[in-house]
Amino acid sequence: MSGMHLIAAALVIPLAGAALIAASGRWPNLREGVTLVTAVALLMAVASLVPSVMSGDRPALLVLEMLPGISIAFRVEPLGILFALVASALWIVNSIYSIGYMRGNREPHQTRFYACFALALAATMGIAMAGNLLTLFLFYEMLTLVTWPLVTHHGDAGARSGGRVYLGVLLATSMGLLLPAVVATWACAGSLEFVPGGILRGAGLSSAALAGLLALYIFGIGKAAVMPVHRWLPSAMVAPTPVSALLHAVAVVKAGVFTVVKVVVYVFGVEELSAAGAAGWLAPVAGFTIIAASVVALRADNLKRRLAYSTVSQLSYIVMAAALLAPLSIAAAALHIATHAIGKITLFFAAGAIYTASHKTEVSQLDGIGRSMPWTMAAFAIGALSLIGIPPAAGFLSKWLMFQGAAVRGEWIVFAVLAVSTLLNAGYFLPILHAAFLREPAPAEHPHGEAPVLMVVAMMTTAAATLALPFVVSVPLALARSAGGVLP
Amino acid sequence: MPDHLPALQVVLPLVAAPLIILVRHRGFAWLLTTAVSYCCLVMAILLATRVIGGGAISYAIGSWPPPWGIEYRVDALSSFVLVLVSLMASFVAPYAHRSLAAEVPHDRHYIVYAMYCLCLAGLLGMTITGDAFNLFVFLEISSLAMYVLIALGPRRNALVAGYQYMLMGTVGATFYVIGVGLLYLVTGTLNLADLAERLRAVEDARPVLAALAFITVGIGLKLALFPLHQWLPDAYASAPSMVTAFIAATATKVSVYVLLRFYFDVFDPAVLFAELPTREAFIALSVTAMVVASLVALYERDVKRLFAWSSIAQIGYVTLGIGLYNEASLTGSISHLLNHGVTKGAIFVLLGAVALRAGAGRLTTESLAGLSRRMPLTAFGLVLAGLSLVGIPGTAGFISKWYLILGALERGLWWVVVAVVAASLIAVAYVWRIVEAAYLRPAPDAGTARSEAPAGMLAAALAMVVLCVYFGLETSFSVGGARDAAQLLMGAPR
Repeated sequence: MSGMHLIAAALVIPLAGAALIAASGRWPNLREGVTLVTAVALLMAVASLVPSVMSGDRPALLVLEMLPGISIAFRVEPLGILFALVASALWIVNSIYSIGYMRGNREPHQTRFYACFALALAATMGIAMAGNLLTLFLFYEMLTLVTWPLVTHHGDAGARSGGRVYLGVLLATSMGLLLPAVVATWACAGSLEFVPGGILRGAGLSSAALAGLLALYIFGIGKAAVMPVHRWLPSAMVAPTPVSALLHAVAVVKAGVFTVVKVVVYVFGVEELSAAGAAGWLAPVAGFTIIAASVVALRADNLKRRLAYSTVSQLSYIVMAAALLAPLSIAAAALHIATHAIGKITLFFAAGAIYTASHKTEVSQLDGIGRSMPWTMAAFAIGALSLIGIPPAAGFLSKWLMFQGAAVRGEWIVFAVLAVSTLLNAGYFLPILHAAFLREPAPAEHPHGEAPVLMVVAMMTTAAATLALPFVVSVPLALARSAGGVLP
Repeated sequence: MPDHLPALQVVLPLVAAPLIILVRHRGFAWLLTTAVSYCCLVMAILLATRVIGGGAISYAIGSWPPPWGIEYRVDALSSFVLVLVSLMASFVAPYAHRSLAAEVPHDRHYIVYAMYCLCLAGLLGMTITGDAFNLFVFLEISSLAMYVLIALGPRRNALVAGYQYMLMGTVGATFYVIGVGLLYLVTGTLNLADLAERLRAVEDARPVLAALAFITVGIGLKLALFPLHQWLPDAYASAPSMVTAFIAATATKVSVYVLLRFYFDVFDPAVLFAELPTREAFIALSVTAMVVASLVALYERDVKRLFAWSSIAQIGYVTLGIGLYNEASLTGSISHLLNHGVTKGAIFVLLGAVALRAGAGRLTTESLAGLSRRMPLTAFGLVLAGLSLVGIPGTAGFISKWYLILGALERGLWWVVVAVVAASLIAVAYVWRIVEAAYLRPAPDAGTARSEAPAGMLAAALAMVVLCVYFGLETSFSVGGARDAAQLLMGAPR
């Protein structure tokens, strides 16, 4: 199949999967079978695109001209294929986990759940492969909307208010800031096609105007959760854990930082931004988010909330790395999209497993849980080490590149932020491990065992991938490097 | 025969009305109305393709050449509005049968259909005519029919709403005719094109200014320009569902068309927008309408009234495009006539289906609880149409908002951009109240059994919802037509 057909397949497979899931709702085994087959087919379609992208091709697909001069069009480049690869590969694991979680917890509305999940993946593929800003924006909004039913899955008061914050913040930022930014880009440059070197190169904007427009983009892309537009992410934690795991640690949030990197590289252009000095404010803002979110995570007792704030902090690593505008740091940003995804999904899998097996949600309840759930807590430990950045876990790789990028640029404040946040990461993850493995369980404890086997399998898969990634890093690293090299 | 299309476009529904009165059979009336609506759509599309292919069409009624006789004139703008009106009519007409059966006594159905045909004829006539007085006649035909249609609503306050609208509408029509009288006084002609030419030569500006003021207020009343909008919420909320759907999608739009005609063709837009504070006034009124009416909608419990207030806000978007006065903003305005027509038509048609199943009484946000279980397709249609109302990309509403923001940016008016997106965000809030009620709140009683709307109604409603998405993705007609019309208006006067 040619690149064009593969792009179409990557978009159509999850959409068709959603339709089939909805149609097979009465037969749960068939329905889950459809989900798994769809996920595998999607990964195959995405993976088939990798060789041609790595050899320098840019497969493209034009769907239709939506407005005069602006089309719905797709064009795959290294950063996008890396993101698509991560999301579609983890969807398979997450689907296995979901089956265990949803059945283990006897959740209602499972058909809607799986169908919306497939739709969310379709939107993610659209974002990853978008060839211009309008296409990206279209799928960005679609992703917000199709994940709302997942966030409000339980339908109770908590879900309603969580869903309101989720939708409110994401739509307010995207409609209120991102849309004017996109229209302004179109008005200034007369084009929205992603081009190497940036759409705005040569548009003759002053550096103040560039900085202002960049601010509209950064805060308009609420999914990147740069403070103060991060509030939706903790609110999204009312969702069932598989949703938090794949969508709010991988697909949705990574769509945000992916868009940020895309905007920096392909809309503004790295040279344009560094020449105008218009991105100088971004690294401090992202740095503040890193530290502040880590401090909040340190104080959060609810496990998912702690993980959510950890995500907020980790996302700003990527934003900060991109803001340095050095090829090395952009490669680090691209790679961190992958490494954080694998590490964080493992942590959420573990949190969901703990909830399913023991109905515990708070960190303070986890004393001695490593004895009854050794597999789960082992996976949790690997994910935590990866996020702290301890080798050989995958997180080490991207963090190393980030340190290197900061050093190359001579940005010692950024360097210091990275160092301090690493300590803070350790500060909020290690106590959990200490409690789980070294403390005695509370005496009046109900005995419980390990989580359902499907969940353990999924968890072990991502934990193993976290450890294995540094040894098979060539493909993601090559993709990240060519994204960082600001290749076409 | 093809040469007489402009006349047939109006005459066909006009003749259908007395036929319906003569036969007085509701099945026949419905079939005839539906057939007439479809014929009108076909004719409008034929006219539009001929305009695109060969430029404006001028048709002299009774072969009396203009400016002495009445001229029917079809150009890029009027053919666009003709398609809009007849398209909406052909969605609503097939849907009307079941909807009316639940809301209006059977022996009065033929009146509804007759009035509906008259209203359609009036609206099409207003759009197609090139004569200022003939326009007044059609304005009165459509308005009188509308008063009756609203007063036929299922609840008692429909009579009050119809009466209220009649008072306001009569004032509007009278103001319009006074304005036209003044223009006739100084120029001695009623043909719009001829008027335009002669007005350029008029020395004394005072009667022309007075005419402008009368026409602006008169048409402003009919299009519910803020603050002349008071009649609208009651009228929309009280009318039978199919009537609300039809007039919400068409009536105010045609009035906007008349305003555009006068502002850009009859009067000299260069003078109007450069030497008079027209731009400032329109921007101020439109922004107020967008924000204030949206806020009122946010706190409205009656769902039909909620969307009526939303209509006032959306009319603000349309008039904002006029006030911004550039090609992008006018493209936004004109395409919003269609985009909002489709969206609001879809919403009211779907609400009609909900009302049919919910029985008598007002439709409140509480009564929508559990709708996704009872009427899954209707609820989902409401979500999609609501998204179009908000202006989510991929829906019709996004397209017009895009051009309005672009127009404001070209003027350098950032605060207008802020107002546009702020109004959209308020729209998110009031649409999401509905969505939350439909999807997250359990039905109050045990009535969770599936009771989807009748297939015929549902088909019409979902077809409109599909259009909401279609016009958001494939815009060669909506934007292409609107841009042609905007270029026509912004170009040299004809």
